[in-house]
Amino acid sequence: MVAVIIDGLSWALLTAGAAFVFVGGLGALRLPNFYTRMHAASLTDAMGTILILTGIMLQSALSLPTIKLLAILGFLLVTGPTASYALANAALLSGLRPEADSIEHQG
Amino acid sequence: MVLLFAVFLLTLLVFTAVAIVRTSDLFVAVMLSGIFSLLMAANFFVLDAADVALTEAAVGAGITTVLFLGALALTAERERVVTKARWLSLGVVTLMTLVLIYATFDTPRLGDPNAPVHQHVAPWYLQQTPALIDVPNVVTAILASFRGYDTLGEVFVVFTACIGVLLVLGTRTDDSVLRQARRLDTERQGLRHHLIPRIVAPLLIPFIVLFGLYVQFHGDFGPGGGFQAGTLIAAGIILYALVQGESAALRAVPRAALMGLVVGGTLLYGLVGMAGIVLGGNFLDYAVLAADPVAGQHLGILLIEAGVGMNVCGALLLIFHAFAAR
Repeated sequence: MVAVIIDGLSWALLTAGAAFVFVGGLGALRLPNFYTRMHAASLTDAMGTILILTGIMLQSALSLPTIKLLAILGFLLVTGPTASYALANAALLSGLRPEADSIEHQG
Repeated sequence: MVLLFAVFLLTLLVFTAVAIVRTSDLFVAVMLSGIFSLLMAANFFVLDAADVALTEAAVGAGITTVLFLGALALTAERERVVTKARWLSLGVVTLMTLVLIYATFDTPRLGDPNAPVHQHVAPWYLQQTPALIDVPNVVTAILASFRGYDTLGEVFVVFTACIGVLLVLGTRTDDSVLRQARRLDTERQGLRHHLIPRIVAPLLIPFIVLFGLYVQFHGDFGPGGGFQAGTLIAAGIILYALVQGESAALRAVPRAALMGLVVGGTLLYGLVGMAGIVLGGNFLDYAVLAADPVAGQHLGILLIEAGVGMNVCGALLLIFHAFAAR
């Protein structure tokens, strides 16, 4: 019984994570300018990572892999947003202004 | 399921390769080649080649991208447009492609136990490793002991490449580099005005170096070894250089120390080989290094892996500094 509940919970987390990754990928392709695209891509980094890794952790019971996954999760949660910040900051410093109505035309 | 993953990854690889060829923006090409390496690493992992996957991810996706970016900073960012028709190169490429496709008809099925590669010396290695060397990771046993001569050659390739890059890009004394770096630092200060990377990177660097050391000394038991460990440690120090500035990294690990690592690592490998002769065995025969042959093998592998790690770490950092100093 417990196993079924854990399996179901893990399944729900993995599906939700996949949905976030999908939305992130879609946004990175479809949103109009750099900053909005980056915002979408960072969804994959943050929510996608948390949900999918938690889902896998539930699959691996309580064992060494769980702790390794926890370490990976911690690493990604620190580095992902930092990389997003560095990217956005570099774009800002190189003169790309975040304007609400700006639409980049890709040639 | 594995087949599905392999087909998916290989398809992505082809897309990435075509995109690299098609783009004329070299910056984009560098980023794509990083993605290519990452996909290749995943592919190696699917094929259960964890050692190679680790190397590909660390070298291909990590350090090579940084070195390419360093090279790009010295040259133009756009590809030179060649307008005249290149029928000769097109012909050669077409011919090569056809020959390669023809060759695939003769390659054995993936994982076929009757494939020549599984019939030649591989069974002997798998059978004899527990008795002769007694390390769980047969890849390390082959790389460091059975085929130690080849690995010595690889170390000399890295050594020679490092000398070549330093000759081309010029070596300057620490003083002039430091002075120039200080001048640059007052203008740009590395990433000093970026507060968050400056806080986060020092948190990560000890863990990166620690993981590098783990990969170095755990190579007998799991995936890893000197090549991967040297790259990881070099990556940690390059991260430090990117965040705190070139001169800070050179203050932490001076150029002389890096030279010492490259030369010392290569020498250590060669000397372990010579020690085998002196103690009455063959070149690179570790069995004579200790009273017990298996303990001798363990000692020999530990020493030559350390030599490889030192050599790779020092060479990568010297090449990085050579680019950064320009």
